[in-house]
Amino acid sequence: MPKKDNPKNPHNPPTDPTPPPEPTPEPTPSNGNIVIDPVTRIEGHLRVETAVAGGRVSSAWSTSPLFRGVEPILKNRDPRDAWMFTQRLCGVCTYVHGITSIRSVEDAVGVAIPEQARLIRNLLMGAQWIHDHIVHFYQLHLLDWVDITSALTADPAGAASVDRQISSARNRSAAYFDGVKQRLQTFAGGGQLGPFANGYWGHPAYLLSPEENLVMMANYLEALRIQIDAAHMHGILAGKNPHPHGMIVGGVPLNKDLTSNRISEFAGVSNKARDFVNNYYLPDATWLAARYSDYATIGGTENLMSFGEFPLGAAEPDSLYFPRGAIFNRQTSAVQPVDTGQISEHVTHSWYSGSARHPSRGQTVPDYTGINIADRYSWIKAPRYQGQPMEVGPLARVLINYGKGHGATVQVVNAFLQKAGMSLAGMYSTLGRTAARAIETKVIADVMSTWVGQLSPSPGGSEMPFRSTFTMPDAGSGVALNEAPRGALGHWLNYSGGKISNYQMVVPSTWNFGPRDSANVPGPVEQALIDTPVADESKPLEVLRVVHSFDPCIACAVHVLDPKNNQSFKVQAL
Amino acid sequence: MKQEDKLDEGLEEKIDDLVTKKGVTRRDFMKFCGLMAATLGLEASFVPKIARAIASAPRPPIVWLQFAECTGCTEALLRTADPFIDDLLLEKVSSEYHETIMAAAGDHATACLDSAVSQYAGQFLCFVEGAIPTAGGGIYGMIGNKTMLQIAREVLPQAKAVVCVGTCASFGGLPAAAGGLTGARGVRDATGISTVNMPGCPPNAVNIAALIVNYLLNNQLPGTDRYGRPNFAYGNKVHSLCPRRGTDWCLKGFGCKGPNALHNCPSVKYNGGTSWCVQADAPCKNCTTPGFWDSMTPFFDYSGSY
Repeated sequence: MPKKDNPKNPHNPPTDPTPPPEPTPEPTPSNGNIVIDPVTRIEGHLRVETAVAGGRVSSAWSTSPLFRGVEPILKNRDPRDAWMFTQRLCGVCTYVHGITSIRSVEDAVGVAIPEQARLIRNLLMGAQWIHDHIVHFYQLHLLDWVDITSALTADPAGAASVDRQISSARNRSAAYFDGVKQRLQTFAGGGQLGPFANGYWGHPAYLLSPEENLVMMANYLEALRIQIDAAHMHGILAGKNPHPHGMIVGGVPLNKDLTSNRISEFAGVSNKARDFVNNYYLPDATWLAARYSDYATIGGTENLMSFGEFPLGAAEPDSLYFPRGAIFNRQTSAVQPVDTGQISEHVTHSWYSGSARHPSRGQTVPDYTGINIADRYSWIKAPRYQGQPMEVGPLARVLINYGKGHGATVQVVNAFLQKAGMSLAGMYSTLGRTAARAIETKVIADVMSTWVGQLSPSPGGSEMPFRSTFTMPDAGSGVALNEAPRGALGHWLNYSGGKISNYQMVVPSTWNFGPRDSANVPGPVEQALIDTPVADESKPLEVLRVVHSFDPCIACAVHVLDPKNNQSFKVQAL
Repeated sequence: MKQEDKLDEGLEEKIDDLVTKKGVTRRDFMKFCGLMAATLGLEASFVPKIARAIASAPRPPIVWLQFAECTGCTEALLRTADPFIDDLLLEKVSSEYHETIMAAAGDHATACLDSAVSQYAGQFLCFVEGAIPTAGGGIYGMIGNKTMLQIAREVLPQAKAVVCVGTCASFGGLPAAAGGLTGARGVRDATGISTVNMPGCPPNAVNIAALIVNYLLNNQLPGTDRYGRPNFAYGNKVHSLCPRRGTDWCLKGFGCKGPNALHNCPSVKYNGGTSWCVQADAPCKNCTTPGFWDSMTPFFDYSGSY
């Protein structure tokens, strides 16, 4: 397959010999349900349908309408090339699928990486989390809580005063806020609202004062700049972002460019990001939690799981800075160990035929039948752990850390709860999920400053100093379990004759956004939406708040699992 | 700076206003204009013209469609370190539809698309990110109950011009690689519509900014090669621009594809000039050429020490 000049290939005919008729669009549901399609301010493509009774959501359905099929593309490739492909599952969490693939190969060939490579990888992963979480809060989630049209009526002096109440570390003037207001008015005044057009502005569920709205919009614009610095960290250690290419099985390729000046440059941008987290992100998230306290009882789920992340030594999971674990029925203090043998993926309500299986024995026969919420309605499968739906992501990590007595996390959580006037039980909610993201960003930004101090410049020489060499066996299998910014991520690899025979990924948004399982039990997001209030069915702002709190990242959630049985024939016959 | 002398008074005020709002210096702004001129291969005398175009152009409407993609191309733009690129996206053009950043959702979002296409028919610039699934009539990619293929066929003919951002929209990219099941294709291939292609995985934000600046300058898109790639960004081989060429640090022995790759990475770099693949000891994969996921693999030469 490789070395082919023609990008088109027999698996992927340029024209269907007998093209089927164009599918007729689904009619708008006659059942009176609310459909949000597309859900915007996310990565990828997502559709959410809710039934509403008595002003509250009574049932919900999560649908992914895009199927890219990356895993069959991996078949017959060299396993050492796979990370380049898997990295393209997502250009947002751009580091994680690459590094997870590399770790699965390292597991298969049994190579241990040098200490400095482990350090660089932890810094790259930390930078990824900081970047993703800041962008999620300000660019993807904030407009669910902040009304930009109200900000246009704010008193700049009042905004400066609110600003100092939110964080005493800030000292911005009325003139500064007047400038922000004018910048926003260039949109409104010009009549071309651009990306801010047609939001649910003026909705009664927006509770902030004009001055609070102006402060938050100012930070929306500031965050646009800070996230650039966070991406800069990947540029320094891995060449570029998105899709950093400074990666290799056995360690990291970075050599000549890792000078003491570069290390100082990294420390500079990472400290800048850390200051932003301390002075803006965490205080803003805390302020919103206090102002929208209703959402401490809206949008919760029952079970949480984390694979753990940031190895501090060779032994995993024992050396992981963020531990592996699972919580059932909100029993925060009773964190259970994770046995990945107990994962299964259900397809009863997904566009595949077959039955529930463990990922390593996964079988997938794509079979698109259109959206039918009573039957099949998504390209995402429904993964379950011990038969239960599990929420993964920042909330899972923070509460598992908390339950296991992770010192830094416990301290930040307790301080947050006190300031926001919330209880630990309130963390199982939309607010808890959004706050957990800010809380763990602070924990990681803090520990990264220690890790940066442990970096040392390249010793020079043209041999890669931060990479272990190894002999590639002809066949093998490996697994890597990581934490992406959005949650637990597993890659399972099998190869023989030096070529991939099977490659499988179970990703965070598959856990969170999957449909109902074979017992008709809804997935985490579908459960979280139950009882969400809906004041105006034509503007389901409250639904968006819950959905966005999970930080949907859908492109990676959908893929074929097992190309072994030539199921492509079935697809071509569609 | 000398070229500032040539600016007229009204423009001076506009630039002052712009830099004050940004909290940056005039020098930064002129430096950015210089970078744009250099990227576009224009002489220094164009710098004031670029400054004028950025400071005073009306906001041309832009529609940004996302199909079978990973959002990396959008992120490449948002994450770039130049202080004026977010300006270009948010203020110098009017982003009428862009799912990643827009406030509106669901039918409110679709209404933005519909109204932009009808209100600005023949005027808006359409950017496309991601390949178009064509197998099974397009059922592998749906947005708002329409296939992506159908959306492309409805929207693109209404645009003034179509710019493909990234290798997937340009040539099919990853979803079209061998083994793919969805019949994914590049926009030109799937729809027959002529496009300007900005391949790269992801493409360089500086080049996209330069394309927009060029458009603000003279209301047209740049000249291209036979694959639709603008000459200003894809006219030179990576290897010929590479600072490691002919040194002990050349990555040719590791399977570097730079000698055949057309892209200005070594001169423009990424993340505000921070670095690029080869600088991080990662061989070039020639990500701007059609079919690179098959024709350039294995990406590394595994026979030696790599």
